[in-house]
Amino acid sequence: MLLVLVLVTIGVFLIVRLVPGDPAQMVLGLKARPEQIADMHHRLGLDQSIGKQFTSFIGTLLATGDTGQSIAYNVSSRALVLSRLPVSLWLIGCSAVLVVAISLPLAMTAALHKGGWVDQLVRIVPTITLGMPEFWVGLVFVLLFAVTLKIFPVGGTQPGIDGMLYSMALPSLTIALAQTPFIVRSLRTRILEVLGADFVVTLRAAHLPERVIRRHVLRNALLPALQLYGMKISFLVGGTLVVEQVFGLKGVGSLLFSAITVRDFPLIQAIAIYCALGVVLISIIVEIAGGLIDYRVRGGLGGEARHQEAGGVA
Amino acid sequence: MNADASIISNQEHPGAAAGSHADSCHEPIIRVNDLRITTAMGNRPLIDGISFDVQPGETVGLVGESGSGKSLTLRAIMGLLPEGVVLADSESISISEHKRLAMIFQDPVSSLDPLTGVARQVAEVMRYNQHLPRREAQAQAADLLISLGLPASLRAADRYPGQLSGGQCQRVGIAIALATKPDILLCDEPTTALDVTVQLQILDLLADLRERLGLTMLFVTHNLGVAAHLCDRLIVMQHGRIVEAGATEDVLNNPQQEYTRRLVSAILPIPGEQDR
Amino acid sequence: MKRLHLPRTLAAGVALLAAIVLAVLIIPLLSPYDPTAEDISSMLQPPSFVHPFGTDQLGRDLLVRVAAAGRVDLALMVGVELLPFIIGTAAGLIAGYYGGWPNRIITLLSDALIAFPFYLLVAVVAFVTGTGVTGIFLTFLIMGWIIFARTVKGATASLAGEEWVESARVMGFSDTSILLRQMLPNVFSQAVIVLVSDMVALLVAIVTLGYLGLGVTPPTPDWGTMIADGQSFLATRWWVSTLPGTAVVLVGIALALIGDGLNDARRQV
Repeated sequence: MLLVLVLVTIGVFLIVRLVPGDPAQMVLGLKARPEQIADMHHRLGLDQSIGKQFTSFIGTLLATGDTGQSIAYNVSSRALVLSRLPVSLWLIGCSAVLVVAISLPLAMTAALHKGGWVDQLVRIVPTITLGMPEFWVGLVFVLLFAVTLKIFPVGGTQPGIDGMLYSMALPSLTIALAQTPFIVRSLRTRILEVLGADFVVTLRAAHLPERVIRRHVLRNALLPALQLYGMKISFLVGGTLVVEQVFGLKGVGSLLFSAITVRDFPLIQAIAIYCALGVVLISIIVEIAGGLIDYRVRGGLGGEARHQEAGGVA
Repeated sequence: MNADASIISNQEHPGAAAGSHADSCHEPIIRVNDLRITTAMGNRPLIDGISFDVQPGETVGLVGESGSGKSLTLRAIMGLLPEGVVLADSESISISEHKRLAMIFQDPVSSLDPLTGVARQVAEVMRYNQHLPRREAQAQAADLLISLGLPASLRAADRYPGQLSGGQCQRVGIAIALATKPDILLCDEPTTALDVTVQLQILDLLADLRERLGLTMLFVTHNLGVAAHLCDRLIVMQHGRIVEAGATEDVLNNPQQEYTRRLVSAILPIPGEQDR
Repeated sequence: MKRLHLPRTLAAGVALLAAIVLAVLIIPLLSPYDPTAEDISSMLQPPSFVHPFGTDQLGRDLLVRVAAAGRVDLALMVGVELLPFIIGTAAGLIAGYYGGWPNRIITLLSDALIAFPFYLLVAVVAFVTGTGVTGIFLTFLIMGWIIFARTVKGATASLAGEEWVESARVMGFSDTSILLRQMLPNVFSQAVIVLVSDMVALLVAIVTLGYLGLGVTPPTPDWGTMIADGQSFLATRWWVSTLPGTAVVLVGIALALIGDGLNDARRQV
């Protein structure tokens, strides 16, 4: 995970140097006067040697968490990203909650009534949704729920926690729907496995109510799905960036795409690094959650293979 | 069917054959009458019309090689047949009214939820069977486990099944069974998966519990030595049928069938048993 | 009569895809309209007999535009995927067979790729390589091969441990011949299944880039830019955004069916 951060940082540093032609020229346009170009070179630090550039880039990044002044906004890139962060975090949080709220009951029902209509549905729907671009699903939701039914707002955010939740409903549902098929499929398979495990017979023989038995089954089935979810965190974050654009949410995503349009190098660098950092942090949270479910994966990355022995199908 | 007739009549007066415990003419606590189990798809019989009774306080051993249908019979009595097999007639098994069944299993480790602490598992069973408050159940569960020979540290910190030995897990399994306050304990090869040295400890524990709690036991095993250690009466099964039944000593000393003779000759001594 | 029983999903997927490709090829030939011809007098008209899909904000016929965009996007999808497929399969074969540092590099790269938000990466790479068709091509050339490399590597590595490979080596077959004659045919089917499902992701990515203004650039028609164009009229002119989107979804369903069918067929063999 740390390695990813390092790779991203190096990659992000190289972006500016890899762009064909002169980045200053790209920012300022063809009509820029030579002294303007020179000034921009100086601001971006491009007039120094590449080694010096790299050390000063890493130095400021580590010391201040910044990648320099945004060209377009003329303020610190870090401050810009941080100011947009809350909206994106809300969106990610709401989507994550929705994924759980949708996946668990669906997978449980599909597994308990194997071959039933929910099971069929769970198998067919991914075939259809696989080719649906998230932004398009978002637009269709707006059309259905905001324009036609007028249940949810078309976009933007509203004040207050309830206003925020209200504004997040459609965008987070959009993101969650893209994630659920994988999770449901993995959970369903695992629940079926666990239902055949010896300990379920013990619980039944001990006259425990069915809902208590299901709780045990779910807990044992959860870890692989959670680990899969952890691997897909980057999709969650990536989806957030795009879906923000659809709903006009002023988050990191809309900042990214406007930064790309105006060729704001330092800002793009900051967003890339903070997104990577976000993925790493969320992955750590997922891992901690995994440890809460299964003591055997506590405090270690290499727990993936170990869940196999849990349940021990006879 | 006809071949079983003599056995059935034999069991209807078990006092004559089995001696010790079942010397009265009580109502049987378990009555199995012409039990038939088939696969759900075809009609291949897995259990082919067996009948026997178990009297209160008795310990009856169901013995036979693997595939003889003894475990399936036990599962049918518990009401927990595995997927894919069906009972031909639900009336063929009757348990006396208000008598509660509990079961312990062959693989003690995998028959416990690997992700829940063992004291919690026992406490949960107590809560739902004895309607105890959570705190009370937790305390009693720890007491029960410790009285069954688990370390006293369990009272302070729960352990997961993966952190216990096979023998300890089987003690937890027994605790779960006892937490349901059973009258009848069904044992499905509870010592087979254990080290030979631990086997005897578990058998002694079961014998002790039987005396103290007045349990009726139905004990499934392929090991006649284990059965002899614990059972008043033996029922020998082969290919889903009963081939021989009678008091343990009679069956062991004077087997009537070739199949039984083979089982008897395969008995291995239980280590440590000869010391006593 | 065919001996091998074709899975129904595969047949349905192929039929649907064929129908889409046919429609996309034929409609621009038959239609009286030019996909880029603007007609201010008939802006944003709803679907009708004259314009079955309606018209957009510049009065362009949407049916012919959806078809023309389909030509562009489908051609891109296939064209862009080809090179990464070949490179990735080759790299995976080598890394899986020899192990060592090629193996480590592919593992590292695919881990990094999975950990990094896809659209952020695509956006940044597309930004560096420039927008338009070249940008898309370069972006997915850089990133696309890794998934094939990883799949093929895994499959090859598990094959390489088997006995017949060792005996082939003892019998004096060269590594190249073992790789091409023995390994490739065995791992190819797996690579193709990944190819099909990855094409869906690629199409979605191309369209998403178009929507974000980082992909195919106007006036070349593209489903993504069309959907973006329609977004401002979503409330009153639903067809401008939803119809191109439906085209994407249909291609996605066709490919998903083919993927499922191939998977089933592979399991049967």
